[in-house]
Amino acid sequence: MSDSILEIRHLSKTFGNHAVLKDVDFTVRKGDVTSIIGASGSGKSTLLRCINLLETLTTGEILFHSESVTGGKINQNAYRARVGMVFQSFNLFNNLTVLDNCVIGQRKVNRVKKDEAVARAKFYLKKVGMLPYINARPAQISGGQKQRVAIARALAMEPEVLLFDEPTSALDPEMVGEVLDVMKELAAEKMTMLVVTHEMSFARDVSSQVVYMADGVIVEEGPPSQVLVSPKDLRTREFLRRFLGE
Amino acid sequence: MLEQLFSDIGIIWAKYGTVYLTGIWNTLVLATVSTLIGCVIGFVCGILQTIPCAKGDNLAKRFFLKLLRIVIRIYVEVFRGTPMILQAVFIYYGMPYFFGMAFRDIWTVSILVVSINTGAYMAESVRGGIMSIDAGQFEGAKAIGMNHFQTMLSVILPQTLRNILPQIGNNYIINVKDTSVMFIIGFQDFFAVHKMVSGAVFKYFPSAFLEMGGYLFLTLLASFLLRALEKRLQGKGNYELVSEDQLVMTAGTYQFSGAAPYEEKSRDYQGEKP
Ligand SMILES: Nc1ncnc2c1ncn2[C@@H]1O[C@H](COP(=O)(O)OP(=O)(O)OP(=O)(O)O)[C@@H](O)[C@H]1O
Ligand SMILES: [Mg+2]
Repeated sequence: MSDSILEIRHLSKTFGNHAVLKDVDFTVRKGDVTSIIGASGSGKSTLLRCINLLETLTTGEILFHSESVTGGKINQNAYRARVGMVFQSFNLFNNLTVLDNCVIGQRKVNRVKKDEAVARAKFYLKKVGMLPYINARPAQISGGQKQRVAIARALAMEPEVLLFDEPTSALDPEMVGEVLDVMKELAAEKMTMLVVTHEMSFARDVSSQVVYMADGVIVEEGPPSQVLVSPKDLRTREFLRRFLGE
Repeated sequence: MLEQLFSDIGIIWAKYGTVYLTGIWNTLVLATVSTLIGCVIGFVCGILQTIPCAKGDNLAKRFFLKLLRIVIRIYVEVFRGTPMILQAVFIYYGMPYFFGMAFRDIWTVSILVVSINTGAYMAESVRGGIMSIDAGQFEGAKAIGMNHFQTMLSVILPQTLRNILPQIGNNYIINVKDTSVMFIIGFQDFFAVHKMVSGAVFKYFPSAFLEMGGYLFLTLLASFLLRALEKRLQGKGNYELVSEDQLVMTAGTYQFSGAAPYEEKSRDYQGEKP
């Protein structure tokens, strides 16, 4: 288990009296591409937000390289810098150019020298095909382009894990492909990723592991060939049947 | 009638022109400096008031943040809720009363009073401006590890500033006019000149006429400059596409520290613990 990057142990999250996550256990290993699928409201986003400490856990803990990040010993901002997150709604900084969006975190958080930060930002912007747009502002580019910049921004921090929360759900259909292509490329390079998605083709073809969630618990997890093709649990089967419209 | 008016204005201008000009200058400097300091106060209050306070934080931090918010709240309510003319008197005579020190310089106390007063209004404007920025940008910053102050200074406040510029302009124009109450503690502003001159030569209306023109000139100028500033802060409406071959050189200079980008890290996480 030495190659496990993230371990989620007995994670529960309640909002008021609404138990959104119930005793979730889950491990992310280096190089894993994990797709999290499940019905709306099953707690997928909340799980990712807990992992990135955007929500405080109600109970349970998260281990990063076997060290607890929720115990108050580890600097949470330093941890967040090692775990990137890509949001459904992009969340780019509107006052900054595409380039500066990818530079600022490196400068402020990782204390990288300016020219190095710029070079690295450009490297990743090139990777996502947004290099020509470095001088544009978020308001001046399309949704798919914004999401690709958001991915570059996360990559520029050189995180060990990238979390994606439905990165293509807010996009027009013709832009979904360009974002998925970038993600596929990252997967091929063995980037460790945790992807909440409704794109079944991505879950099937790209991910190494699929997690099916329902009502705040992990119902089933395993390789896509198992979870998506011959699910053991009745609820998974039901979900897939409805989802794939069979 | 009109001839009479202009000849009267001519007479007082010939005699007191430089006094009027000094008054205008004093008003302008007091309003400008105080508005700027007031903005700084407002932004500082805005940053401090929005420090997130989570349930998980320790008791001392939560207590301190709560106290901070209460202090700022009291400051805002007191200085927004009382007339500036009274605040001037209060501070001017209060300081020697309590601390045994009088203000030797009328400028210091005037700037102090107007700044504090403006700051109280600005604190609320800034707070509103911060709240109007979508939560996503806060989360985007948080997710890459930026702390509250970094997020505020690099992402949120620049946008807030642009959004509340019209309100800053409002405050500035109000200050140009309302600094006239500082005559109460003996500040020689533009309006104080009117009182002095008209009392000396008994030409009330011509002097008032001059004053109206003078104030209007100042405020129109301020409006104009603020619009220009607003436009500049709006940023460019378009951007230049950069062609790939222009960029290969710069982008190519970045070298990975390891063989595969995500596997061999140059920096070890261990090294980052506080
Ligand atoms: N801040 C909050 N306060 C209260 N309830 C919340 C909050 N955030 C989420 N919830 C609730 O938690 C449940 C799970 O939400 P979550 O966003 O994790 O679902 P999801 O699986 O991501 O759904 P979707 O596929 O629609 O994005 C929902 O019932 C939601 O109402
Ligand atoms: Mg969701």
